[in-house]
Amino acid sequence: MTEPFLKASAAPRLALRGITKAYPALVANDGIALDVAPGEIHALLGENGAGKSTLVKIIYGVVRADAGEIRWDGRLVTIGSPGEARQLGIGMVFQHFSLFETLTVAENISLAVPGSLKELSGRIADVSERYGLPVDPRRLVHVLSVGERQRVEIVRCLLQAPRLLILDEPTSVLPPQAVEKLFETLARLAAEGVSILYISHKLEEIQTLCHAATILRAGRVVGVVDPRRESAAGLARLMIGRDLPAAAHPEPAADREERLVVASLTLPADEPFGTTLRDVALTVRSSEIVGIAGVSGNGQKELMTALSGERPVEPAEAVRLCGVAAGQLGPRARRARGLAFVPEDRLGRGAVPPVTLAENALLTAAHLDMVRSGFVRVDKTRAFAERCIREFDVKASGADASAQSLSGGNLQKYLVGRELLQQPKVLLVSQPTWGLDVGAAAFIRKRLVELRNSGTAILVVSEELEELFEICDRIAVMFGGLLSPAVPVRETSVAEIGAWMTGLFPGARTGAVPGGVACA
Amino acid sequence: MRLRLTSRPEPSRAMLVTSPLLAAALTLGAGFLLFLALGQRPGAALHTFFVVPVSSRTGVAELLLKAAPLILIAQGLAIGFRANVWNIGAEGQLVLGAIAAGALAIRFDGTTSLWLLPAMVAAGILGGMAWAAIPAYLRTRFHASEILVTLMLTYVATLTLSYLVHGPMRDPQGLNFPQSILFGESALFPTVLAGTRLNVAVLFPVLVTAAAWVFVAKTFAGYQMLVGGLAPLAARYAGFKESRTVWVALLISGGAAGLAGVGEVAGPLGQLLPTVSPGYGFAAIIVAFVGRLHPVGIVVAGLLMSLLYLGGEAAQIALQVPYAVTSLFQGVLLFCLLGSDLFVFYRVRIGRRLPAGSRA
Repeated sequence: MTEPFLKASAAPRLALRGITKAYPALVANDGIALDVAPGEIHALLGENGAGKSTLVKIIYGVVRADAGEIRWDGRLVTIGSPGEARQLGIGMVFQHFSLFETLTVAENISLAVPGSLKELSGRIADVSERYGLPVDPRRLVHVLSVGERQRVEIVRCLLQAPRLLILDEPTSVLPPQAVEKLFETLARLAAEGVSILYISHKLEEIQTLCHAATILRAGRVVGVVDPRRESAAGLARLMIGRDLPAAAHPEPAADREERLVVASLTLPADEPFGTTLRDVALTVRSSEIVGIAGVSGNGQKELMTALSGERPVEPAEAVRLCGVAAGQLGPRARRARGLAFVPEDRLGRGAVPPVTLAENALLTAAHLDMVRSGFVRVDKTRAFAERCIREFDVKASGADASAQSLSGGNLQKYLVGRELLQQPKVLLVSQPTWGLDVGAAAFIRKRLVELRNSGTAILVVSEELEELFEICDRIAVMFGGLLSPAVPVRETSVAEIGAWMTGLFPGARTGAVPGGVACA
Repeated sequence: MRLRLTSRPEPSRAMLVTSPLLAAALTLGAGFLLFLALGQRPGAALHTFFVVPVSSRTGVAELLLKAAPLILIAQGLAIGFRANVWNIGAEGQLVLGAIAAGALAIRFDGTTSLWLLPAMVAAGILGGMAWAAIPAYLRTRFHASEILVTLMLTYVATLTLSYLVHGPMRDPQGLNFPQSILFGESALFPTVLAGTRLNVAVLFPVLVTAAAWVFVAKTFAGYQMLVGGLAPLAARYAGFKESRTVWVALLISGGAAGLAGVGEVAGPLGQLLPTVSPGYGFAAIIVAFVGRLHPVGIVVAGLLMSLLYLGGEAAQIALQVPYAVTSLFQGVLLFCLLGSDLFVFYRVRIGRRLPAGSRA
């Protein structure tokens, strides 16, 4: 049971009783009870598919429950739409962004918040300053990285002064310093009496931030605990019903060859607010995982498109792949030489949304005998997709399910599987576990380490430092288009890498930092 | 009470079948009211529109004759449209195909060679392709919008044809009428149905439809173009070249339109005229979309469109209704058809509250 917080006598700001929601195939919520007191930071924990999203959509008026009651400040209410939810004072930051890509940050926010663009820009700057969420109101959304877009969503919500703020994995793409600032912000909001419903997979965060946690599994409440008194392992066990698979901590392997060598790579930004890569140098050897840390928007996207071949670079020697100058080769030619790539954008880049998983296999794995004389061999694509679904535990109705019908985590498992099954010599991975639940993330990290042990050279771009420290042999930091030296994980610390993420690393030219929005 | 549209998670298969039937019912209902308001007997009017044109051998032949170029062009266009390449200048490519084939027919007038007709077919296809190659080059080299370039080149093409039949290609014995000589026997497609104008060119859409289906559904090139249309970033990620997609789409659609042009001048027209097409190139855009960009759907849509043309003419003659009325009725049908498609991807809800079974 929830222990009393702050003013124990006050009615809960939000009280749910017996919330039930059934879909044809499954019961998403089964008799759920939840109390959130004024000023309380309440965690909602659960694996993908546990029913968190459905519950939150019911609270925010997107979905209507089959049964059960919602009380707001003790008063029975029905929330028929997000508009009604906002009128009550409920604000929500979604995991999937609802921003118009062709508009600027300020224009996007003006769609939800009244006021002139000029005035809003000022308020945005204020709020982003105060809450450690740097965003430039004038930038166009389509050039923003995933992390930057999330900041826009949070800022937009905060501008509406909510009384209950629902955050769906808000920190998944923030650097440690910004997470700290955000937590300070949330704590301040809570102290001001704002209730916060906090959805996250990061158990440590919940333990430091939240006063209470409701844990869901398969649509039911399996526990209401004080996370500060539980161990992370205990919370994880409650959540997934068993112990976590751990990635074996990698030992450096002997006699390794240089598989991917980047030397003096300088690449001007190809869009107005993009980052210019400056003199980037990097080597990834066989049987090694190199991680690139840093806040998104510091050139990681540009680096990955240059390495994948989506954007050719000059001179060709700037990127060497398995000993061959590859800078001028396109993506397919690089794949033919053993490259595979999991991009951070899953739907629309890593996968074609409306076509089947079998047809999506064809996107990057066509060279595995899936095409003969120009004709697609449907049996091969299906067999590959089915194998990928099986080996990577993808929850899908089969090889004929469309990519867009899969949840984010399952699609990511499929995409990682598609690239891994090609047994690449060099693997590039962007944000491998972004938005995944604990179990799926651990599974993917384990597969990456296994692939490394089998000899593949792996380059991982991630904003989750703990993840990088868990799986990497060496770590570098990207800041303002510059790449730091890659240091062995054993010789560095989260604190040092965190400091490097603000540009303070050897070789960084101070005062030459563009953008101004790079880091908190 | 109000109506709300919510998108379906997956297109509804039931509605895919039901929507054309719904459209037909709505069209008949609207047509009934329209003709009633005009003082016609609605039953007889609809009969004139939909049944009379196809109740004779000649009628069926005319139906196929008109449907052939529509289907031919629409198949080519649909391949491009699926790949986000918007060739709306098929009319111009048709005209170039007609000019290229007509030039051969005029140059080799009097020959009995069996090679003339195949050469005209090849010339027509190449003519259409060449005309479509201009926007393809401008798009891939200078990022010029193929929508504008193809459309504008249509006017260049029709004016070029007009110049040619008023000048260099005018029939010297033609009393200064702006038309070429009548083509000889060896430059005309033989008829296949005695007593009608239906000729062997009717086989082209059949072959092209089969080829289009194979290309779209079975080949890797077709898949690459589909990806380019559905998710350009995914195509870039996979390394499918956009320039190749643009070239292939425009060359295929240009070639198909050029072939349709040959079918007109070496078929029912039998000569070059200032106007060789009543707008087939534009109507084929509608046919492509009514056919949902699917090879088989396009065949059905092409036949329907052709029937609308014939029905309109029959109604003007038999019922003495003005041209505007038949156009209006055609518009109603297309409106109902495309409108009903909405239900394939969306469901309609009544009232403010979401029903219990709703999904977000």
